Amino acid sequence: MKPFDFKQPATLEQALTLWHPGAAWLGGGTNLVDLMKIGVARPDTVIDITRIPGLSEIDLADDGSARIGALVKNSDLADHPGFAARFPMVAEALLSGASGQLRNAATLGGNLMQAPRCPWFQLPESACNRRNPGSGCDARQVGGLALIGASEGCSAIHPSDLCVPLLALDAVVEVAGPDGHREVPFATLHRLPGEHPETATTLAPGELIVALRLPAGAARFAGHAAYLKVRERTSFAFALTSAAAALELRDGRITAARLALGGIAPKPWRVPEAEALLIGQPPGAEVFARAAAHALEGADPAARKNWRRLLAIRTAQKALHMAALGTPETLPALPGSVFRSPAQEVSHA
Amino acid sequence: MSLSITLTLNGVTRAIAFEDARVTLLDLLRDRLDLPGTKKGCDRGQCGACTVLVNGRRTTACLTLAATLEGAEVTTIEGLAPEGTLHPVQQAFIDNDAFQCGYCTPGQIMSAVGLIAEGRAGTDPERIREGMSGNICRCAAYHGITLAVQQATRSMVHPDTAAKTGDAA
Repeated sequence: MKPFDFKQPATLEQALTLWHPGAAWLGGGTNLVDLMKIGVARPDTVIDITRIPGLSEIDLADDGSARIGALVKNSDLADHPGFAARFPMVAEALLSGASGQLRNAATLGGNLMQAPRCPWFQLPESACNRRNPGSGCDARQVGGLALIGASEGCSAIHPSDLCVPLLALDAVVEVAGPDGHREVPFATLHRLPGEHPETATTLAPGELIVALRLPAGAARFAGHAAYLKVRERTSFAFALTSAAAALELRDGRITAARLALGGIAPKPWRVPEAEALLIGQPPGAEVFARAAAHALEGADPAARKNWRRLLAIRTAQKALHMAALGTPETLPALPGSVFRSPAQEVSHA
Repeated sequence: MSLSITLTLNGVTRAIAFEDARVTLLDLLRDRLDLPGTKKGCDRGQCGACTVLVNGRRTTACLTLAATLEGAEVTTIEGLAPEGTLHPVQQAFIDNDAFQCGYCTPGQIMSAVGLIAEGRAGTDPERIREGMSGNICRCAAYHGITLAVQQATRSMVHPDTAAKTGDAA
């Protein structure tokens, strides 16, 4: 690990002043310290923001909205009873990620900013435009990783579970920086790699996430929401594919729909046109299949990726089925898993 | 750069000075404080061998920079029970033969203590396995570990039914 200066500002203002190019914010450390150990992150200064007051609160407003401080631990948010009741698929996504130990350390802000798990990004001796702009992309040896949204320069997949339902629910990110505070709609927080894979988000250098808000309208999906995550083992693994689905049902018809996918693109993926296909329809296998397929339109047709394209479609389809059945009273034993209690088994013809 | 922290380690308040901000809690415990019970496995947060309690919650010591721990309360396997006694989770691991080589065991036990405190799993074997998935056992003693967590949960949370072991795991 490269040596670094350690700073522990007591206020947000101090933290913003301490930042300079080459400095890194430290929250829970589960991503940054790991990347520093393998030589992928090489900050000259680590700014520990965990002593800044006021960034660890979970506030639920009467209008149904919520504001969550950037330093709230993943486990604290998932276990907050009021929050989980209002935004069950966010809680389930949180609990489907990492391990109990990591969820106790990892913070909300860090989750939003986490680095990709692309094996070549994680290997300093390989070519990676994200890590070392202009050096090339060794993931092209295998035809690239992402199914959709990739560029010639980078096809790394966004690894977060949490970000998938946050995108679906139109979350808003509150950011502080040298030029003051601003709000970033979740859909514009992460960017596609394009010509500049090294710039993964729309945050300016030196900006810091201070909170996240879920709008009042998001809570209306509480009764019909699901997060489903397919992975190579049942627990403590990143998603092969995942989907957050939320429906509002009235008189047997869908009046509002949200669908976002994870594990397939450089950022959490949402296609409003796919959601629009569901509006006014009664929930059912056929319309769910149509919406799911639409969400994957434009996916890389390469034969070696076809199984994941099909898996992503079926993951989205099943998540919509589960949402239609209704959010279970309690979180399943295996959060996000396809191996759920019998009551959650889908039997749409 | 010179750093100093004061933390409560296994119930004893200690002032600790060190020179390098790169020192993790894991290396601090093993190399500088003579507490090698916490094990180094992957050193990247993936195996759980270094699990300790920080402010009562289980976490991986390998990803925790020591410099961040000013004022923290840290419990390691050495401080889990008073000298000469066993914590109920330690006893349950012995009773259920929940290890083979033993290298992952301190981390498994600290993780189980944390899981039981979180109250998420109860005695449901599926939830215990999910809750313990951050701890890898390469000898694959998982069946015994699940039984041990069940037994310890009964004895700690529901002492009246502690004698009733043997739920299918």
